[in-house]
Amino acid sequence: MNFAVLFEAQNLALFGTGILTTLTLLFASLVVGAVMALVFALLLTGPWTPLRWLVGAYTYVIRGTPLLIQVYLIYYGLGQLEWIQARWDSVWPWTHFKDPFFCALLAFALNTAGYTAEMLAGAIRETNAGEIEAAQAYGMSRFQVMLRIVLPGALRRTLPAYSNEVVMMLHATSLASAVPSLVDVTAAASSIYSQYYLPFEAYLAAAAIYLVASFCLIGLFKLGERHFLAYLAPRKH
Amino acid sequence: MKKLLLAITLCALGATAFAQGKDLKVAIDPTYEPFTYKVDGKPTGFDVDIANALCEQIKRKCVFVEQGWDSMIPGLMARKYDVIISSMSITEDRMKQIDFTDKYYNTPSRVVTKKAFNYTGPASLKGKKIGVLKASTQEKYALGELKTVGVDVVSYEAQDQVYLDIRAGRLDGTVADHVEVTGGFLSKPEGKDFELKGDELFIPKYFGAGAGIGLRKGQDALKNELSAAIKTIRGNGVYKKINDKYFKFDVYGK
Amino acid sequence: MNAYVSAILQGAVLTVGVSVAALLVSVVLGLLGAGAKLSGRPVWVGLATAYTTVIRGIPDLVLMLLIFYGGTIGLNNALEWMGSEATVDINPFVAGVLTLGFIYGAYMTETFRGAMLSIPKGQAEAAWAFGMGRTQTFIRITAPQMVRYALPGFTNNWLVLIKATALVSLIGLQEMTYAAKQASAATRSPFVFFLFTAGLFLVYTTVSLVALRRLNARFSLGTKRGTL
Repeated sequence: MNFAVLFEAQNLALFGTGILTTLTLLFASLVVGAVMALVFALLLTGPWTPLRWLVGAYTYVIRGTPLLIQVYLIYYGLGQLEWIQARWDSVWPWTHFKDPFFCALLAFALNTAGYTAEMLAGAIRETNAGEIEAAQAYGMSRFQVMLRIVLPGALRRTLPAYSNEVVMMLHATSLASAVPSLVDVTAAASSIYSQYYLPFEAYLAAAAIYLVASFCLIGLFKLGERHFLAYLAPRKH
Repeated sequence: MKKLLLAITLCALGATAFAQGKDLKVAIDPTYEPFTYKVDGKPTGFDVDIANALCEQIKRKCVFVEQGWDSMIPGLMARKYDVIISSMSITEDRMKQIDFTDKYYNTPSRVVTKKAFNYTGPASLKGKKIGVLKASTQEKYALGELKTVGVDVVSYEAQDQVYLDIRAGRLDGTVADHVEVTGGFLSKPEGKDFELKGDELFIPKYFGAGAGIGLRKGQDALKNELSAAIKTIRGNGVYKKINDKYFKFDVYGK
Repeated sequence: MNAYVSAILQGAVLTVGVSVAALLVSVVLGLLGAGAKLSGRPVWVGLATAYTTVIRGIPDLVLMLLIFYGGTIGLNNALEWMGSEATVDINPFVAGVLTLGFIYGAYMTETFRGAMLSIPKGQAEAAWAFGMGRTQTFIRITAPQMVRYALPGFTNNWLVLIKATALVSLIGLQEMTYAAKQASAATRSPFVFFLFTAGLFLVYTTVSLVALRRLNARFSLGTKRGTL
């Protein structure tokens, strides 16, 4: 076992770039995905049937197909379409599709949006009917009920399941190594493996990095739960 | 004690395949037209035909195993197969890990960019995106000569994925084997705007001395058998027949 | 075109094979793990906790690469050390099944543990009072009731497992995703082939969902659902 190779300057730098890319991808896709998920969840529990079906179909497809295929579809698939090729040198939103980082980000964001939307919609549906009736009795409009009563409760209820989703996203970023030129932790490990023929050492290092990152995220969420779900904790006195 | 452990392990591993016997497991990466590619799901190409001819000579059956290019050598060292016959160049770096037979062909590499582009040497590609195959001699060249002058070198898992992205417009060109890029890209409709630029690249430091058959170290008997077989088919016309099926010139080279 | 489509369909058969085989491995490991965690003996509890924590903290892809590349070299070195000339080749199918089974065994452990905890303790005690041994108790009392509680988590894990089989393409198994990638690069039309493969996955997950919903209904016969 030759672990010393991993600590050479250029390999450490490679892992460093990998960690940076992974974390950037993770947080960026979570933020974008969360915003989309909020909108989708509201549409899923809203009164407009066609939109409900549309978003329902979207989450069904996202949750029914592998993330790897979604990444390939966005990076290679969209790149094949003449319509996009004609525009991505000059027209603004389409210029980003040339960039591998953007394609990976989009795939991850769409994926997490699909899962989180369903989670959030489920939590919204489980709101206590009495709370909504009380709010309506107070004369709050639909928008006010949503904003002041339903959403705060639903977001809190989603927190445990969302922590799972965030860790899953961290693991999903390892698929960024399937997109050429993106160097995340897994791609860094693969590169060291093909250079020095040390699979154990390289992938063990990657596994250790992910393990530490997962623990940190879970720890952060436990703190978050203690704060936001304090009302569910057992009595202390 | 060791023998007992061995017996138990071998029994327990009954579900996995053992690589012994008369079959010769040959690794190929079938994304490298016209040397190794697939037609109707079957591996074919110059490498495949040469492999079959050599197997006939040494009286063993060729069994082809597909493998991604960047784990060709690790796979060989992990004994997933016996030999690599997939246009692998004989270079000093590779000889540190594995052994090679004598070469069975030698073609240079070239830079390929759009016809309209004015190529005057590596420095003129500054700022452009060039795609190469991961773990190939062309990647070594690109990282050694092009990246250092400011070219954006992007590594891909398979050469035909490079062509996919060139076609999509994400890459400005590639560095590839002369014959491979002609057969796999330039001769197709998508390659009509591209052409070979610059001189033939024969730099031994990067490109080695031609393509040979890769085997694990310590298999001198098999190595000599295969080298002798290559000489035989060069002499008795079998090589020429296979060569003419794919190329208009003799790829054996200098 | 046709040869590529049939390659993808052949890959689909492999996908089903890998996922079902991995499911069996993961169920066995899940039952063992849940039993270990609930046994109360510190060694077993510690081992099982380490298993679930570590596996759920590492991405599937990294584990697969570790076991596939590292495992083969490790096994061959071990064989050499023991003095054998034989070489072992863990083919991608076996590597994929073992890895996926190993990973999802950890998730199944948690699912089964939760299900077993949901069964009232009195049932097991009554069984022991009747003189039933541990195995008998498990087969006759615990298992049938556990199925109902475990089904939602099981369905979830199964659907995730189906999608994880796409990752086995990255270690060289020629299942759907691998065939689609080769086809798309060779014919320069990735959109068509990846869309087709996505459709096949969707069919697979839909069929699974319908079948598991039926199973859920069958195992929920006789239970009362509270109406709001």
